[in-house]
Amino acid sequence: MLVKKAVGFTPALADSRWVKGLLIATALAFLLLFLVLPLVAVFVEALRRGTDAYWAALVEPDAVAAIKLTLIVAAIAVPMNLLFGVAASWCIAKFDFRGKDVLITLIDLPFSVSPVISGLIYVLLFGLHGLMGPFLKSQGIQIIFAVPGLVLATVFVTFPFVARELIPLMQEQGNEEEEAALVLGASGWQTFWRVTLPNIKWGLLYGVLLCNARAMGEFGAVSVVSGHIRGETNTMPLHVEILYNEYNLVAAFAVASVLAMLALVTLVVKSVLEWRFGAELAATRH
Amino acid sequence: MVAATSSDTVLPNTGGTVLSVLRKPSVLPGFGLTLGFTLTYLSLIVLLPLAALVLKAAGLGWSGFWDAVLTPRVLAAFKVSFGLSLAAAAVNAVFGFIVAWVLVRYRFPGDRIVDALVDLPFALPTAVAGIALSALYAPNGWIGSLLMEWFGMKVAFTPLGIAIALTFIGLPFVVRTVQPILQDLPPEEEEAAAALGATRWQAFRRVVFPALLPALLTGFALAFARGVGEYGSVIFIAGNIPGLSEILPLLIVIKLEQYDYAGSAAVGVLMLMASFVLLLALNLLQAWMRSRHAR
Repeated sequence: MLVKKAVGFTPALADSRWVKGLLIATALAFLLLFLVLPLVAVFVEALRRGTDAYWAALVEPDAVAAIKLTLIVAAIAVPMNLLFGVAASWCIAKFDFRGKDVLITLIDLPFSVSPVISGLIYVLLFGLHGLMGPFLKSQGIQIIFAVPGLVLATVFVTFPFVARELIPLMQEQGNEEEEAALVLGASGWQTFWRVTLPNIKWGLLYGVLLCNARAMGEFGAVSVVSGHIRGETNTMPLHVEILYNEYNLVAAFAVASVLAMLALVTLVVKSVLEWRFGAELAATRH
Repeated sequence: MVAATSSDTVLPNTGGTVLSVLRKPSVLPGFGLTLGFTLTYLSLIVLLPLAALVLKAAGLGWSGFWDAVLTPRVLAAFKVSFGLSLAAAAVNAVFGFIVAWVLVRYRFPGDRIVDALVDLPFALPTAVAGIALSALYAPNGWIGSLLMEWFGMKVAFTPLGIAIALTFIGLPFVVRTVQPILQDLPPEEEEAAAALGATRWQAFRRVVFPALLPALLTGFALAFARGVGEYGSVIFIAGNIPGLSEILPLLIVIKLEQYDYAGSAAVGVLMLMASFVLLLALNLLQAWMRSRHAR
């Protein structure tokens, strides 16, 4: 992302040292206050009572259950949206058809919906008093306050991530290589696996990375559908909330620090992908 | 966008007859399969559930809907959510612009790390941000205690705390929309302005800033829209006092916990309508600015 051009070095465009220093100081102070301090606070609060209390909070059964549940939900939701993202970008980027712009807008829709509404819609559909509630109850199927509801809400909030990375990337790459493969006798699947996939792999990884970070960290949407049953329907962010509301601050920040580390790893991998494959990913940075 | 090439005459159309009406011919296979899957998945996950929300709110009837929405508590939450999101987006417009400027125009040690860090609010789970901010700004926290001591100011558990959380959450939007435009800005016009005798400030105000304004407004609107829907980072620091520091998303949760499904759906629809109006206004504004600054 950070590609310095010659702009700053044209003498006519160089700002005075005072202006430059003042602006850099302002920007860094703002970022220190709003980004760095909260991040540092998570780890300081987590280690307030020492490493023993920290580890105890992480290996306690409810915490372990929350970590497992978070991994399970992400392990279902992310591949679903991965599959969708590839399919959607194939039909949108490789073909011209009517209503394409509407389709793209609809795919982005979940990003403009509040997370709470993302959970609410499934409660209205599948909750006990929801549209399909009585039917589901008679069949003995539970979606809300259970894992399927958590997965659905997570799929909704992470819905556009993979598709919106791949669509511009595949549009920019065009169809020539695929057409050549087909003319030379490759089947459709062979063309996809051998030609398209290698071309989009870094963009795909980028989208999956962001999708996964959001899936594991989502709070609002899963909070609405979870029912907050300890050890059963609490993901890690919900477990953090419960501990925090019980004034068990060290444990809350300990679990939060695991999520913060996930965020940091995500940022590092994301930056490495941008620095290393910036040109290939450029289509997705509009 | 690459149009389907001359393949329609040279190679047989492999698509189905119905679908070929919808699209231009292409040799690539899989259109029916991928479009069918995309539409089915989109409908099941996104469109039908959202339709259920609208249906539930519509079940109240026209007057019932407004009765559910125009209560003092909902209106107060509406003001809190939209007012504070606006304030936070304004703070981000100013400081996000400075951050974008510094990242693009200046080099300093660690600039790449700073650049990567800007995305932290996107990556950090909102609940983590929420408890971290409330720990910092609580009366006994690192920043909260100082503000209390110096100014007698209480931040956490007041509307000001909500604004802090919304500033955190909206921070990347302005930076990430302004940054690429500033990056691609041709230096020639600025150089011409300088050559013609403009000061740096004049060149910035007359040449650079107008070119960046559409991006700045987009970033502002995105941060604003995100703030209105935000839940996780806000509820820990807000104090959640009805009428004072209660946000709209929390009100939906409270109504849901009271099994007032229709009421929560009504508030949800209200939020969707407001976001829709906001995005529409933004698009119109951008179209207007584009026609005004068309070169």
